Amino acid sequence: MDYTFQYGQVWPYLPYLLSGAWLSLQIAFLAFCGGLLIGTACAAMRSFGKGPLLIVVNAYVIFFVNTPQLVQIYFLYFALPDMGIYLSSYMAVLIGMTLNAGAYLTEIQRAGFESRRRSEMEAAEVLGFSRLQQVRYVILPHVAKVLFPPLSNHYILMTLGTSMAAIFGVEELTGRALNVNSQTFRSLEVFSVVALIYIAVTLVASVLLALLGRYGFRAKMRVV
Amino acid sequence: MELFDLLTYYNVLFLAQDALTTLALSAFGCVLGGILGTALAVVRLTRGKLTLPLRGLALVFTEFFRRVPFLVTLFLCFFAFQFGGLEVSTLTVGCVTVVLIGTAFLAEIVRAGLQSVHPNQWHAAEAMNFSLLQTIRYVILPQAWTVILPPAFGFFILFIKDSALASQIGVVELTYVGKVLNNRGFSAGVTFGTILVIYFAISFPLARLGAKLEKKLGSSRTR
Amino acid sequence: MAHLELDDVSAAYGTFQVLKGIDLSVARGETVGLVGPSGSGKSTILRVLTGLLPPSSGEVRVAGDVVDYSRASEIRRLRDRCAIVFQQYNLFQNLTVLENVTIAPTKIRGRKRAEVQPEAEALLARVGLSDKLGAYPDELSGGQQQRVAIARALCLKPEILLLDEVTAALDPELVSEVLDTIRGLAAEGMTMLIVSHEMGFIREISARVAFMAEGRVVELGSPADIFDNPQKERTRDFVGKILRH
Repeated sequence: MDYTFQYGQVWPYLPYLLSGAWLSLQIAFLAFCGGLLIGTACAAMRSFGKGPLLIVVNAYVIFFVNTPQLVQIYFLYFALPDMGIYLSSYMAVLIGMTLNAGAYLTEIQRAGFESRRRSEMEAAEVLGFSRLQQVRYVILPHVAKVLFPPLSNHYILMTLGTSMAAIFGVEELTGRALNVNSQTFRSLEVFSVVALIYIAVTLVASVLLALLGRYGFRAKMRVV
Repeated sequence: MELFDLLTYYNVLFLAQDALTTLALSAFGCVLGGILGTALAVVRLTRGKLTLPLRGLALVFTEFFRRVPFLVTLFLCFFAFQFGGLEVSTLTVGCVTVVLIGTAFLAEIVRAGLQSVHPNQWHAAEAMNFSLLQTIRYVILPQAWTVILPPAFGFFILFIKDSALASQIGVVELTYVGKVLNNRGFSAGVTFGTILVIYFAISFPLARLGAKLEKKLGSSRTR
Repeated sequence: MAHLELDDVSAAYGTFQVLKGIDLSVARGETVGLVGPSGSGKSTILRVLTGLLPPSSGEVRVAGDVVDYSRASEIRRLRDRCAIVFQQYNLFQNLTVLENVTIAPTKIRGRKRAEVQPEAEALLARVGLSDKLGAYPDELSGGQQQRVAIARALCLKPEILLLDEVTAALDPELVSEVLDTIRGLAAEGMTMLIVSHEMGFIREISARVAFMAEGRVVELGSPADIFDNPQKERTRDFVGKILRH
């Protein structure tokens, strides 16, 4: 191996790459928020719902959790046009990631709901809490504390998952890395810089989430 | 129907073979990654100045591969082999990638499992002159494996789906076949629909098995 | 020569000074009791004597040999000579009663299983657990587990036995079975250092008692001196509180 690293050609592209990272963060954030909405609704349905709606929800979750996100997006991007639905690559990725997140976040949240502690609920009842007060003072704080760490963890995984968008030509961080690569042919330099940007971005996110978790929800979290 | 045109003898063989490649790739990453990951987890539990550089390396390794996207790691490996002048198949690049990533993630799963064993077990062993490796071998692992196995198995199932990305550097696995068949003129709906169903057929039973495993290990006593 | 000597030993957890110059000696075959309020450093002394916490200053001597805590080999030697029994028993949950007792002699010391097993069985018979050899710790009562822990420590053939609040986690009706075992050991001439809240027991079994407070040995004397005629204000205060219970 006698490869000489030459980062000189890559540095000028740093602002270009960083604005790509900004797009990655946006995709992750939007897909996570959408997924959280879907996931909360589906988890509630799974805990309390009955009948055909429950079957639909279960089918959705089981299908999306057991197939690759990449192929799901392939399907959205390449197969839907045959049915007359045209999605831009950005929209296909965003919808695919949101649906995928919705399924995973349903699973995570259901586990959280099921962790309600009977003894605490009984104590609250004995103390004369109303149903609403029980939810407000006992169930929600506990569920939030239990759910926050796995949700944060999934958020980080989703940030990394946005790199998939590059495959469909979205110019987020990895997409722009491919562009810079084809212009400079300094592949190792480009991708090592991009790797470091991903590490920096997710580390910052992990630290912020750990602080929020610790002080906002009294959840035990560590960064490394 | 187009689906029947797709499912000719040769195409089915093609699909089956590459479904196996997908499965083998993840299994390889998890088995070798599990062994190396356990070693990393043990390194991170050592104390003292002597192993400080090793601990640092293990930390950097696990954090690096857990915080870089699969796709980027894949490209890094691909180009590292290319520029290193090593002529290897894309499957080899895929294998190296899954081992690197598997090692990092499984190291954390194993470390969490080892740390889940009550500290008094570590203290008792230490007071009786067990070395770190003896403690882990005779006392900690026999208690921790029921904690380690379910998430490790979950990671394996997740990995089956993540390895779809290996198609991007030309590893001939399940997703790659989808692209090939699509290029041969089969409609995207039918080809990717078929691929999705095959992934489902692999992942779903394994996920059910994993859930059963977790239930069984959870209710059994630690021994 | 004293069997065990601590000479001006200090120790700290991080920046928190727990032991502030402990002087204590235990003669061969003697039983010394350590009493005092929680947080006075009693258990910390035992951690120092098993090398779980190295002292920040001072000297520990076993049969005249100074322990050099900077050397791993000397800490190993110290642990060979001093065995500890913990408050929470700390039995290995994945091993049977017999395996708990034999694992260290066979796997760590490399002795032959055929040689260790009869010894282990004899020790377990002595603590009254011959019928539990194949049981797992979670199938035993606390008192039974604690007796296994004592047998496990004895199977290492220690010169000195350290007992850390061995009855504190037990239900009251189980305490006496463990205390009987310890009485037997004292009668056989085992050198012991005992931390306990069982004042009646400490008084009965100890040749000397050390009263500790805030990381220091406040008063040292015969059980009668400490419990009936304490000289120091701090000791009187403590003993007074206990006797009122």
